[in-house]
Amino acid sequence: MSIKLTIMDQMAQVAGEHGKQLAPLSDDLVLLDSGLDSLGFAVLVARLEDKFGVDPFTASEDAAFPVTLGDFVKVYENGAR
Amino acid sequence: MARAETLRQHLSDNSPERCFFGRAARACYSHLSRGTCLGGRLAELTGTSVLLAAGNQLTAALAPIELDGVARRITILPPDAAPEHFVALIAGAEVDAVVGDLNSPSEFYDIPLRVAASPEIGAADTLPAPTFQTEWVMLTSGTTGVPKMVAHTVAGLTASFAAKPPDPSIVWGTFYDIRRYGGLQIFLRAVLGGTSLVLSSAGEPVAEHLARLGEHGVTHLLGTPTHWRRALMSPAIRKISPRYVRLSGEIADQAILDSLRAAFPRAVVSHAFASTEAGVAFEVSDGLAGFPVSYVEQVRDGVEMKVEDGSLRIRSPRTALRYVGSAARLADRDGFVDNGDMVERRGDRYVFTGRRGGIINIGGQKVHPEEVEAVINRHPRVRMSLVRSKRSPITGALVVADVVLRSGNDDVEAVKGDILTLCRDALPRHKVPASISIVPALDVAASGKLARRQG
Repeated sequence: MSIKLTIMDQMAQVAGEHGKQLAPLSDDLVLLDSGLDSLGFAVLVARLEDKFGVDPFTASEDAAFPVTLGDFVKVYENGAR
Repeated sequence: MARAETLRQHLSDNSPERCFFGRAARACYSHLSRGTCLGGRLAELTGTSVLLAAGNQLTAALAPIELDGVARRITILPPDAAPEHFVALIAGAEVDAVVGDLNSPSEFYDIPLRVAASPEIGAADTLPAPTFQTEWVMLTSGTTGVPKMVAHTVAGLTASFAAKPPDPSIVWGTFYDIRRYGGLQIFLRAVLGGTSLVLSSAGEPVAEHLARLGEHGVTHLLGTPTHWRRALMSPAIRKISPRYVRLSGEIADQAILDSLRAAFPRAVVSHAFASTEAGVAFEVSDGLAGFPVSYVEQVRDGVEMKVEDGSLRIRSPRTALRYVGSAARLADRDGFVDNGDMVERRGDRYVFTGRRGGIINIGGQKVHPEEVEAVINRHPRVRMSLVRSKRSPITGALVVADVVLRSGNDDVEAVKGDILTLCRDALPRHKVPASISIVPALDVAASGKLARRQG
């Protein structure tokens, strides 16, 4: 499964566990509008670390926070290389 | 500690108008300086011990201004107080009056005096003369069981800023709720300084809150590192341009300090250390995490600090008076308060490493590992479990669990799923482990207790 599909799959999974309604996923979706709250994102990043073996936000010195889903996916695509 | 003026006396009719800005309404200082939000019933509350049970922050801002100097004691009920603790809190604080707009829960029925408060300010014919040095009682968070009630005076609560010259150009904003110590500080700064305050509102989307803060031209904005991480994720962050940004309530790490510096290049970015019991200890504005070692070697602003057994101890005139309704000592014999915040010396700085006893702080919500373990251990296949903190770039920390299973051959993944379901049914979301690892064994200390890593 591609990085992007894995992320989208995990977002759906976390949203379900947290009783949240997920917005239709697209690259330009603003993460804050996705339906996941801070706790949901924190769990998502932890699950993705289990899947990919990396938490690019903690590993990197780059302090930029992704705003859209597309940005978020890119952080993982760059981190995986 | 005598105080010349009550909070109401700090409000003035002077223009330009200063207000509390709520999400749905505003209340302006000039109206409250000669009006009432208590329907003309303030005099009945003279000398009472009041439980302030406000349903929203605007009411929570207005009522105590009226009560200061009139009530003997004001106990501020935080928004997340559990109803099952109400009876103990009411007894402990000897509450004989409740003021607020909560739909009277049954726990309030035995309180002799109930006065409705609302954000609507009405005309007051006469206002009772202030006669009491009101005691302000704040509740601590993060304890299992009944929260501790911590008594302060306004003099102590305002000591960290009372001497600062008023700056009429300030507009305060905060992500905190003013019914907790951190938020109350900002509320008092606004009132004493005669400056406006933009209140937060539970459940308000981040983008809308940021838009409101921008609309009112907030210059000084305060919140926890988690609040700030959320705000920085919103495109609406561009709507604000504060010149002073402050973090407190959690450990401010270098990444969040750097992110705020990048987002607001012209702002002072500072982080502060305070607790409900110890009061405001210090503020650091050099953009670096932790604090200079020199802070513990000298008395600064009347505040003395020392590090003993790895934790930071504070003695200051801003420290709370005592616990209410409990014989527990708030400070040691020498007057130092130990809040259980662990620090480590790195070069010429001390950095915070976590909380004694491993209380896990998830975006400001605290978890005792033991209470999660108790739930996990209910599963018939579980032998023992250790709940620990895992670092999270979003909430600072998350809960994860290491579980030792009893021997058996069933599907391990299914057991993990069962444990998570058990946790979801029994615990609030932030206490449910983000992941569960099945491990062969857990370390046990010489005391026979599970070995827990600090922080």
